[in-house]
Amino acid sequence: MEYKATRDAYGKALVEIGIDKNIVVLDADLSSSTKSAEFRKAYPERFFNIGIAELNMVDIAAGFALEGFKVFASSFAVFITGRAFEGVRQSICYQNLDVVLCGSHAGISVGEDGGSHQAICDISLMRSLPNMQVIVPADYNETYRAVLALHKNKGPFYLRTSREKSLNFTTHDFEIGKAHILRQGIHACIFACGPVIEFALKAAQELDKEKISVCVVDISTVKPLDTDTIYNTAKNVGHVFTLEEHSIIGGLGSAICEFLGENLPKRIKRIGINDKFGQSGTSADLFCEYGFSVENIASKIKKSLEDD
Amino acid sequence: MKTKELEEFSKTLRKAILVSLNAAKSGHSGGSLSSIDILNTLYFGGVLNIDPNNPRNDNQDRFVLSKGHAAPALYVCLAYKGFFNKDLLYTLRKLGSPLQGHPDSKKLSGVCASTGSLGHGLSQAVGMALALKLKNSPANVYCLIGDGEMQEGLVYEALMCASHYKLDNLCVILDFNGLQIDGAISDVMNISPVKEKFEAFGFLTYEVDGHNYDQLLDAFERFKNTKNSKPFALIAHTIKGKGVSFMENKYEYHGKPPTDEELDKALLELGVENGI
Repeated sequence: MEYKATRDAYGKALVEIGIDKNIVVLDADLSSSTKSAEFRKAYPERFFNIGIAELNMVDIAAGFALEGFKVFASSFAVFITGRAFEGVRQSICYQNLDVVLCGSHAGISVGEDGGSHQAICDISLMRSLPNMQVIVPADYNETYRAVLALHKNKGPFYLRTSREKSLNFTTHDFEIGKAHILRQGIHACIFACGPVIEFALKAAQELDKEKISVCVVDISTVKPLDTDTIYNTAKNVGHVFTLEEHSIIGGLGSAICEFLGENLPKRIKRIGINDKFGQSGTSADLFCEYGFSVENIASKIKKSLEDD
Repeated sequence: MKTKELEEFSKTLRKAILVSLNAAKSGHSGGSLSSIDILNTLYFGGVLNIDPNNPRNDNQDRFVLSKGHAAPALYVCLAYKGFFNKDLLYTLRKLGSPLQGHPDSKKLSGVCASTGSLGHGLSQAVGMALALKLKNSPANVYCLIGDGEMQEGLVYEALMCASHYKLDNLCVILDFNGLQIDGAISDVMNISPVKEKFEAFGFLTYEVDGHNYDQLLDAFERFKNTKNSKPFALIAHTIKGKGVSFMENKYEYHGKPPTDEELDKALLELGVENGI
């Protein structure tokens, strides 16, 4: 299996769709990190660097969209959702504009830069905005396909990518609003999003050895939720888990709790960042420290089954 | 329209602002009246190239009201320009009306960008100006900002960007009435020196009396005729509440509509009959 960063898929896909002259790409001085620089190299006349001014970039994206362009704007996830939030709300979502906001370097896996740069509430911020659709691809392949799909569909979208290389394992097509069951299981299910799905899959493999069968579902569209798949999966298992590289408040875990709480009440355990900020460290060390290791996930599921 | 006609017509527009605000029983009188002569010049002085039947055409000028609370001033211009039936002015701020408290591009034809949260209109206008350049459109983007709005840091991000990308198709107009909700701009948070700020950001900058039609027409003519890779800033010195003696220079009328009695008094001063 190969390891590739989801942000690299963003850059590659932008170049692919860039043949469409209606596309403009914006960045806020991070194009070499977000990988929008790939588009800049291919189509310099339709790339605009707005400098270190994320809020201005988001409003300028709205201006382009009002003039009929399809806009892709990127920065670190922490800035494009948090620092620029008011522009995302007032200019992009309020006007329901066809803009893709790509937040790269999401989650704690950005690592050494530390807590100031680790986006842990970007999904919750974007999910709460009317009209916004939230896409959190699991790996390189899914990110690449997602960008092609976002090109064909009307925004606004928030697309979350990561800095670190991660397992590139998906083979399925991407469709907005469609979840994918990656493996079946009868005892528990994990609804997960982003590259941390790799850990869920490995935890499920470990639990197989102990005759615990776990279903893993890739919720690459956090909003709108694929409620049919979630309902039908949760209905058939005793234990429901969520997993995301994000705060347990307001993200995928909250979205699943909201939906199941109203439609199929059952106990749900959220695995994510427990209402605290990140810190510096390697991504591997941080994943262990914050409870995302394969062993940690497996033991949480096992304990839940034993407690029952 | 020429100067004399614009002056005369401004009474009709002021009346329509006051009548619609009175009907709404809420809204912003002061800033609508300070900016109406600027908007009158743009819409009826032959400055804006726009067609109410085809407002999104690439070759037509854009106007963005970044100080979105002056929405009544924009609405009366759009109504008298023929974008919609003037009777709609009576629905201002009412449930289901396309005339939202602050301009909504999704609900009302002629509103080029939704605004209200200050600073965002100017940045969107910069995006539009960039987009029009990319399309090789001859159209210009006009954007009216407030002086209180210049306290928002976003304004300076937008000015920097307009200059960097040499947006000589962008005309930023400052409605400089000197007052904001909490009092005088100079007391709340001083923004001066203003002209030097625009010039430092690379703008070709002019100052006019924002209620003098000769000066306004001349300034816009200069903007259209000066395409030298620099964005254009027009500082319009205005009087908050202009045209209604008891509202003039009163920050208390920033967000207050005229009562029935005040409306009668104001219309008497303007020398116009009630009705739109």
